Amino acid sequence: MTAAPDAAPGAVLPAPRRRPLVGLARAWRRLPPTAKVGAAILLFWVVVVLTIQLWPLADPLKMVGRRLQEPSAEFWLGTDALGRDVFARTLHGAVWSIPIAFVVVACAVAIGSALGAVAGFFGGWWDSIIMRLVDVTVSFPPILLAMAVAAMLGPGLLNASIAMIIVWWPIYARLMRAQVLEVREREHVEAAVAGGAPSGRILVVHVLPLCWTPTLINATMDFGQVVLLAASLSFIGLGATPPSPEWGSMISEGATRFYNWWIAFGPGMAILSVVLASSFLGDGLRDLFDRRSA
Amino acid sequence: MLAYIARRLIAIPFLLLGVASVSFLLSQMTKGDPLAALVPERMMDNPEIVAAVKAQWGLDQPLPVRYGIYISNLLQGDLGTSFATRRPVAVDIAERLPATLELVFAAMIIGTIMGVGLGLLSARFRGSVFDGLARIFALIGSSLPIFWSGLILLYLLSVRVALVPGTGRLPPRVEPPPDVTGFYTVDALLAGDLDLFAQALAHLALPALVLGWAVSGVITRLVRSSLIEGLSQDYARTARAKGAPERVVLINHALRNALIPLLTILGFTFAYLITGAVLTEAIFAWPGIGSYAVRGAASLDYPAIGGVTIVGSIAFLLANLLTDIAYAWANPRIKVGG
Amino acid sequence: MSAPLLDIADLRVSFRNDRGEEAEALRGVDLTLEPGKVLGVVGESGSGKSVAMMAFLQLLPPTARISGSARFKGEQLVGMSPSKIRRIRGKAVGCIFQDPLSAFNPVITLGDQIIEAIRLHDRSITRRAALKEAERLFELVAIPQPARRVRQHPHEFSGGMRQRAMIAMALANSPDLLIADEPTTALDVTVQAQILDLLGDLRKELGIGLILITHDLGVVAGMADDIAVMYGGRVVETGPTDPIFYETAHPYTAGLIDAVPTLDADGPLRQIEGTPPSIFSRPPGCSFHPRCGRAQAICMTEDPPLRRLGAGRCACHFPVRTPQEAPA
Repeated sequence: MTAAPDAAPGAVLPAPRRRPLVGLARAWRRLPPTAKVGAAILLFWVVVVLTIQLWPLADPLKMVGRRLQEPSAEFWLGTDALGRDVFARTLHGAVWSIPIAFVVVACAVAIGSALGAVAGFFGGWWDSIIMRLVDVTVSFPPILLAMAVAAMLGPGLLNASIAMIIVWWPIYARLMRAQVLEVREREHVEAAVAGGAPSGRILVVHVLPLCWTPTLINATMDFGQVVLLAASLSFIGLGATPPSPEWGSMISEGATRFYNWWIAFGPGMAILSVVLASSFLGDGLRDLFDRRSA
Repeated sequence: MLAYIARRLIAIPFLLLGVASVSFLLSQMTKGDPLAALVPERMMDNPEIVAAVKAQWGLDQPLPVRYGIYISNLLQGDLGTSFATRRPVAVDIAERLPATLELVFAAMIIGTIMGVGLGLLSARFRGSVFDGLARIFALIGSSLPIFWSGLILLYLLSVRVALVPGTGRLPPRVEPPPDVTGFYTVDALLAGDLDLFAQALAHLALPALVLGWAVSGVITRLVRSSLIEGLSQDYARTARAKGAPERVVLINHALRNALIPLLTILGFTFAYLITGAVLTEAIFAWPGIGSYAVRGAASLDYPAIGGVTIVGSIAFLLANLLTDIAYAWANPRIKVGG
Repeated sequence: MSAPLLDIADLRVSFRNDRGEEAEALRGVDLTLEPGKVLGVVGESGSGKSVAMMAFLQLLPPTARISGSARFKGEQLVGMSPSKIRRIRGKAVGCIFQDPLSAFNPVITLGDQIIEAIRLHDRSITRRAALKEAERLFELVAIPQPARRVRQHPHEFSGGMRQRAMIAMALANSPDLLIADEPTTALDVTVQAQILDLLGDLRKELGIGLILITHDLGVVAGMADDIAVMYGGRVVETGPTDPIFYETAHPYTAGLIDAVPTLDADGPLRQIEGTPPSIFSRPPGCSFHPRCGRAQAICMTEDPPLRRLGAGRCACHFPVRTPQEAPA
């Protein structure tokens, strides 16, 4: 059922050293075209984030033209109520959204997987406590929990990120627990147990390396959803605060002047592109692993 | 399965207690004086109010006692007092809940019809251009930031072409129908006022459509894949061997089997709906609990957010329970054994 | 001789796989069934025996390409429009499938599934009347308490009872032809005999022609008037039942007969070595040659035609029994 250890590109492997680039290239060729498009879009945004200083863009925080101009050759996506270039702001928005989504997913994966692995591997009280915590957390509608946490901690991107990590970790705890439960029964693990290896070492060396595939697929798909929720929180006023060019808060500015539709258009398309890209890529990865393990 | 439902039923009070505890902890985490979370700044000068609130919430008591008081207040339906409206949060929510429910029900109906319809057509004409378009439409629906698509559609359909009225539940200065169900469309019909019904429906249409589209994406994908699977099953071949045309095989056989997975994701789509409703209400100035929470979030009205969170979680848990029951009901194999 | 109920001539079916490779599942099959008679079609899985039946009823997936001729009561079924063939399926031809658990729709009561079978062909019958008919059919196939059982779902039936219900549904519109595709394979051995007896009795009583598809020669031995043995998408031996058993000509048929367990037989049960070929990698020449003890050089290059041999016909370069007549 689970992919063979040599299956996961970029996964943590205990196996003797392979040439990861060759494996990655091979996996890339087997991806469906939609997944390649998704990967390309995500790569584009990462490049934007890394090289934003090099782009010949207007200052996203300064008035560079007349207020509320329609899109034109000079301002591709028009200007907002303060005469700022919406196109420049949209690209700069990636600097907020993309790293935040990355950090949130990474933290949720780390926390959720660690707790899930402990619950699955050690069972007993650990399992009961951690999984009841998961049950309670997923009893909240995600956005309400995020809103409540973000509001209680106070508005701001850091607090919004903490709120999103709180919303997302249970998914990874459940995923990892299920995987660990399955892998734990395999022969090489039982052999290690019989051999008297300390259980912490068995978990880290023999079990965890085989458990990453579903987490990787899910994390890819969730990346877009995190961007979406982050923007939602900013839109409500609980995330980024003006004047930072965050996508959600840009749309929220656009919402107050929706006759000037272009203010919100760019950031909306940007969010859509990330969400679509990550679900394309996630779908593709799932197909890849499913087919290989079939 | 029945045993599973019973277990879920037993679990619900515990989960609710967990939800309440988390909400309590969150309310204690607010920076500074916990009193600030209960009394609006302007009332802080009034020692009577401060004393009353302190007594009511046991603020001078240690944490475990406060927790006890919080839970017993909750059990009595006391969710605290909103800073913004200066009224009990429970009263505010009760007043606004029907608006949210009307929106959510309408969106659920639209989303289900759209999702099942598109899923059916796209499974029937698999591989065709229509199938491709339906899948893209579904994918975009579930990927769009709803607070953006609502905005753009509102601009296009209400500003550019005056197809739908603007925001809110009714035009300004129009009296709502006498309150029976709290659903303006239903109440207008009950009052026999067709004009008012048309107005309420027109106001409901766009937000419900935007929200329904978002939900329909998940449903389309699921219905399409379960139907395609169903069409390749032995029972589909049997139906064809009986002389059933493809349409009958699809609807009487594949669709009836697809209902079971469909019911299981309705609980999941409900989470989607709540998220979507919060944001849709904000865009369309829909006077429900979602916009109440959003306004509460913007003004750091903690009791309001906390109250909506608890009510939302109750609704969420109930929806999941209903899903389980519906699942057991739709699946005849479950009734024996378990 | 009366006009045949079903006359299949040179029926061919090919599939195309994902990579665009074309594979022939059926390579020119001839079969004939007289009204009221029983034809046993025997072969291992992959021999094309089920494909042949599904082909002329147009029940194969749309990727299948069908050519040749299949006349049912004189009417050409190959190439018939979907709406016309639908009026034959379930009306004049009833089907019984291998696994009655998966062949019935799990979420619909058996009564409703039979009602559907009836009302698909005659809208003028009310649901109430159709339900009465379903009860009568249940009684016919000896399902106890029919009035209660028609309201139950497939999973509430035992395997044997489910297959009885399947037979009841196939009989719903008094067909002229029944096609039973491995009707007993999924059942317990003790139940198998009951189902076969029931099937045999009913078709005799109702005068229905029956095509019995099976991998087990023992199943058709007592029931079939004629037998066709299929291998690798072709009929390799066909003829009246007795000569097939007592004057076996094809080495493959001989192997199948040896594989039938009998109570009085001495010695170990023999098995045909090897596995049947996949339709995508069929050996050249006679497709049975890799498993055949009598194979010689010509068998590897030339596919033998189906020739008249005694009372039947056989496709083999070196039949077990010597030819008594010139090739037809």
